[in-house]
Amino acid sequence: MTDAKKPLPKVGFFDFTSCEGCQLTVVDCLQTHPELLDVIDIVEFREAMTGHAERYDIAFIEGSCTRPSDEERLASIRARATVVVALGACAHIAGINAIRNNMSLAEVRNIVYGTEGDKFESYPARPIGTVIKVDFMVPGCPISSEEFLQIVTVLLQGRSPELPDYPVCIECKLRETVCVYHRGRTCLGPVTRAGCRAICPAAGYECVGCRGLTSNPNLESLEQVMAEHGLKSDAMQSRLDMFLAWEMNERRAKEASRE
Amino acid sequence: MSNLQVNLHHVTRVEGHGNIVIDVKGGRLDTCRFDVVETPRFFEAMLRGRPYQDASHITSRICGICAVGHATTSLRATENALGIVPSEQTVLLRKLNFFGEILDSHVLHVMMLVAPDLLGVGSVIPLARTAPTVVGRALRMKKLAGDLCRAICGRHTHPLSLTVGGFAHFPTLDELSDLRARLEAMRGDIDDTVELLSSLTFPEFERDTEYIALYKPDEYAFIDGDLRSSDGGTWPATEYRQITNEHVVAHSSAKHTSHNRDSYMVGALARFNLNHEQLCPAATLAAQALGLKPKCTNPYFNTVAQLVEIVHAAHESIWLIDSLLARGIQIEEPVRPKQLSGEGVGVCEVPRGTLFHRYIIENGSIVAADCVIPTGQNLANIEADMRALVPEILELPREDIVLKLEMLVRAYDPCISCSTHLVDVKFLE
Repeated sequence: MTDAKKPLPKVGFFDFTSCEGCQLTVVDCLQTHPELLDVIDIVEFREAMTGHAERYDIAFIEGSCTRPSDEERLASIRARATVVVALGACAHIAGINAIRNNMSLAEVRNIVYGTEGDKFESYPARPIGTVIKVDFMVPGCPISSEEFLQIVTVLLQGRSPELPDYPVCIECKLRETVCVYHRGRTCLGPVTRAGCRAICPAAGYECVGCRGLTSNPNLESLEQVMAEHGLKSDAMQSRLDMFLAWEMNERRAKEASRE
Repeated sequence: MSNLQVNLHHVTRVEGHGNIVIDVKGGRLDTCRFDVVETPRFFEAMLRGRPYQDASHITSRICGICAVGHATTSLRATENALGIVPSEQTVLLRKLNFFGEILDSHVLHVMMLVAPDLLGVGSVIPLARTAPTVVGRALRMKKLAGDLCRAICGRHTHPLSLTVGGFAHFPTLDELSDLRARLEAMRGDIDDTVELLSSLTFPEFERDTEYIALYKPDEYAFIDGDLRSSDGGTWPATEYRQITNEHVVAHSSAKHTSHNRDSYMVGALARFNLNHEQLCPAATLAAQALGLKPKCTNPYFNTVAQLVEIVHAAHESIWLIDSLLARGIQIEEPVRPKQLSGEGVGVCEVPRGTLFHRYIIENGSIVAADCVIPTGQNLANIEADMRALVPEILELPREDIVLKLEMLVRAYDPCISCSTHLVDVKFLE
């Protein structure tokens, strides 16, 4: 347990382009685990409190980087933090923010701004790990409170948290959820990193890939299975380009450079 | 104080990034702005070309706090576009889910974001040490609200089982009975919160404005309804652009709105002012105990109106669960679309006010989308309040002025990430 004399680790929460739902999930963790406040000192958390600090033992960052000025703020947080953790899909894999990366910026601006579009600072959404060194991730949209608490516990013990590297399908089988494909719909469970306890298929939805791809996803096989279940290739693209747009674009760019 | 410069960067305990900028020269208020500096979100562009089934899942990501509100409004827009009439059970379950979110969001705002100001501490975290019973109560109430949402839609942020035409998963009768018992048991916590807030002093400030809220003849409206103004007039929701008149202002990454006057207010206080007669008796009693009387023109009392709605939502949830238990839960397939092309408007009173989604769908794909967010509608009114308030409080010490302004912004419970779907603030040279 914590030594009364030893100062508690200083923890900060920061947000970039996001809905702040992951920070809200952190607040919700306090409902079930108020003792969290006995083991960490939350020194900065703009959504929930007033206060700033100069140093952080752990900085949790939610949201994507979507403009040059975000890079400066990210670098300043990195410089003050011992450990940086990406909190949620927007920070981890750019999340749904990257849907628009597949449209030209001019087109996006025209749709939302009309003729005044090019006055506004913005560029394609990217994960914070493309801008600063990120030590660990808490995946998901939003994060799972159980996984967040596990990762905090492991970090406080001075160890490195590890994420599962098997697909969501395994967790569906473990909780005996009927396969989404058997329900006549399609699902990204076969290629998506587990750790969420497969809550989406269990609640009647499907896996949309919010936790990112496993390290070695069999996308060819997935596309074959989806085609067998009647999904046309553009519908398949729109599935893969919901939460996985940034990761898929990176893969396509890598393949193109290899060719 | 004849000269005062305030440039408060990133107001805390609100959702998203906003700055208060005040400049008083020689006793005259020169500049008075609430700058919204959140990054652009581009949701309307992101929806283009996507299958209609994805819209509620994408737009729930506009906001982590009112995810159920966005999803429900999105589903209503899609259903109106595609000629879908949801079943009676779907309407009841959505309403119960919505009350869960009203409870969750209002408890967060009243007890965790605003109460620290009224109790003289910087945030809920020191409050947990100085007033553990208050925070414990807030956490208990919020947990129940979250569990209520979880039983119905899988999770509060972001809902899973809400789908076009109905539900993809259903709560069991046991889950509903358990929630009913916990809601009954929560009455003590609610009474204690009403007692606490009625003992606290809110800043005195009055400024009449136009109040806008949804109206339904048979209930205190949260989902669907007509638009009503305190200045008189009722409009069908499809005519919402006649009310909102969105326009760009340079210092805000969210568009401003205006109707009869330079600005209008949406949210709990607007709903109370327009629809107070439809509150349940317990909520009416709570309003009396809290000294909230229609028409209330003190924006700081938005927090009080939220507490009155907490009472209403808790009581109505019990009543809804009783109806669902009496009917039994049918495992029903979602209602299928009549057509795959059309235009539809969805409208709801989400925790922070009136939310509009409008979609144009062609052959099952969204070709155009428009979302008008409560906080965006309140921004012009927040600034009008600041312009009226600053001259009244100029003689106070600087830190008191700043605190009163911060508390004013916070009273509106702004959700800035939501409102910045359209415009970014930083102009490139």
